[in-house]
Amino acid sequence: MTNRTGTPLVEMRDISISFGGIKAVDHVSIDLYPGEVVGLLGHNGAGKSTLIKILAGAYRADHGEILINGDPVEINNPRDARNLNIETIYQTLALADNLDAASNLFLGREIKKRGIVDDARMEAEARKIIGRLNPNFRKFNVPVSSLSGGQRQSVAIARAVYFNAKILIMDEPTAALGPHETQMVAELIQELKAQGLGIFLIEHDIHNVMKLCDRASVMKNGQLVGTVNVNDVTDDDILGMIIMGKPPAKAA
Amino acid sequence: MSDQGHPAQAAPPRRSLIDTLEIDVRLLGMLMAFAAVAVVFTIWTGGTFVGPRNVFNIAVQTVPVGIMACGMVFVIVARHIDLSVGSMLAMSSAVMAMSQTTWLPTMFGTEYGNPAILAATIVLGLAFGTLMGAITGWFVGYQRIPSFIVTLGGLFVWRNVNWFTTNGQSVSLTDPNLLMFGGTEGVLGATASWALGLVASALAVWAIIASRRNKQGHGFAVKPVLAETVLAGLIVGTILLFVGWLSRYPVPVAKLKRLFEARGEVMPEGYTAMHGLPISVLILIAVAVAMTVVARKTTFGRYIFAMGGNPDAAELAGINTRALTVKIFALMGFLCALAALVAQARLQSHGNDIGMLEELRVIAAAVIGGTALAGGVGTIYGAILGALIMQSLQSGMAMVGVDTPFQNIVVGLVLIIAVWVDILYRKRLGLSK
Ligand SMILES: Nc1ncnc2c1ncn2[C@@H]1O[C@H](COP(=O)(O)OP(=O)(O)OP(=O)(O)O)[C@@H](O)[C@H]1O
Ligand SMILES: [Mg+2]
Repeated sequence: MTNRTGTPLVEMRDISISFGGIKAVDHVSIDLYPGEVVGLLGHNGAGKSTLIKILAGAYRADHGEILINGDPVEINNPRDARNLNIETIYQTLALADNLDAASNLFLGREIKKRGIVDDARMEAEARKIIGRLNPNFRKFNVPVSSLSGGQRQSVAIARAVYFNAKILIMDEPTAALGPHETQMVAELIQELKAQGLGIFLIEHDIHNVMKLCDRASVMKNGQLVGTVNVNDVTDDDILGMIIMGKPPAKAA
Repeated sequence: MSDQGHPAQAAPPRRSLIDTLEIDVRLLGMLMAFAAVAVVFTIWTGGTFVGPRNVFNIAVQTVPVGIMACGMVFVIVARHIDLSVGSMLAMSSAVMAMSQTTWLPTMFGTEYGNPAILAATIVLGLAFGTLMGAITGWFVGYQRIPSFIVTLGGLFVWRNVNWFTTNGQSVSLTDPNLLMFGGTEGVLGATASWALGLVASALAVWAIIASRRNKQGHGFAVKPVLAETVLAGLIVGTILLFVGWLSRYPVPVAKLKRLFEARGEVMPEGYTAMHGLPISVLILIAVAVAMTVVARKTTFGRYIFAMGGNPDAAELAGINTRALTVKIFALMGFLCALAALVAQARLQSHGNDIGMLEELRVIAAAVIGGTALAGGVGTIYGAILGALIMQSLQSGMAMVGVDTPFQNIVVGLVLIIAVWVDILYRKRLGLSK
């Protein structure tokens, strides 16, 4: 069981953001401890992706603050987030379609030798890490546009785990994966958790949530419905929260 | 390549040969188009088309458009466009013309033709070009105004600031040090050209071997030795053929006599000298090589392609796409100024209409060379080949007496057909996207 007595790894306090008139995220607070997996759940358009994109530096919150290890931080762009060891697998994957897997994996953090990018070395590294996620992956020398959805997802996952993240954000990481690859990602999550990473996992499959997460935070219409200890509730309780938007009676 | 009527049996062996040699089919297509143009006009002109003199002229005439096309590849790959390159060329040319003939000589009280003044002029011109490009890039990158609009505005603005800079006057340029950049007045001669050709060949072979070693070092599959040897042979052959050919173009006797007289000597009887490589062509080659290295081997190039492929992904990967946009356009401006230097040296004057409509030729060269307007795809060598194909067509048509309006019609049609063939080819390979 995760120890949740110390300082949280991440605290997002009272975060709000709106697009035009829509309050995509409305005064939401969530936190995350080292070695913990927190599931983020909610209907389509609930605001899950928007919330974690604020942590990833893709959006700036209109209101609220973010603390990492108890210290308030400014995350103004994705570079800031990366510098804080926050890595993200975006729902859209955020791959440059015209580049190959290795170039995408190292995009923004290329390995260089005497000032020029060392493609051979990057490809060798990419083969190692992607091979762990997807042993059947062969297409290293083609643009990722010619990969399957699951292969593309493998590249995005590899990119997020390669750089020794401390905080990992996974926005529906297995949406396009086959059963075997999904299993490998589940094992990877458990391994990273054992190494002490904190993981936000956005996931629609309630069984995966029950299996992988320590806590689950449920959102509805941009607001936080509640956060529960997964061990204290049944999957029906969580489904109830998602659909009815009300926390169960015995919420943690 | 477009033999769709034929049954598929013929295709597999040929494709596998191309596959084993890992030849870029697109490049092959362009080379064949270029060869077709050359063959047709060679026959039509009874051989003069490929004579050393005409090859020299085509090479020299291709330089300004070729230099700018390299920058345009980056601009288009990044999903932008620059319609102002012709006007930026004119503006840079105006700045350089005025500063070498009037501004700097009056400031320092020197005569026209002082080498230090020329050096300062070139630095000033290149800096001014870079500045114009950077301004464009700031509007596009930081203010999010579409590049089409900013550079369409720039086309009008710089063309006419150019007019005011010289008060609408043409400026005649006679400094021999400047004219060196123009082509015929600045050549290496046969010996130096051969030496350079051999050095370049050695470098090319070394680069191929080094890249192969690096791949093998990581245990990757490499092309068969035969393929690499054929490639190396083709490159070395092309370099030496080009050098050898231009080294057979003699300098006219009258001009040699003048050169000797200028040095206060008398030309020995029977003395000859060959043109060899023009400095302007060397500038284009240097730009092309440098830009290719930048595109493939630096993070700057990598980010440009990433931004063209998916701007959001580039941004989310931590790339500062705004600053990147400024750099791309600044580089474009720099190359316009470099092209201006060559153009004014070749014309031996700065005229108001210098670089007029060049933007369209530059964009056409990049597009014929396979740069996709949708962004993310393009090569430097393609753009140079595109420029070369257009220049050869025009030169060939002029030689056989085709009127200028009709020449332009043909170039326009070639642009459309090149893109059309490319679309058909991609569809067949299932690459359409
Ligand atoms: N860039 C944007 N501009 C305008 N509105 C946006 C933008 N991004 C998100 N929204 C809106 O904010 C709301 C929340 O979207 P978000 O993507 O966070 O949902 P989600 O919970 O991740 O849904 P899903 O499960 O479908 O991924 C939606 O109403 C969406 O339309
Ligand atoms: Mg989402």
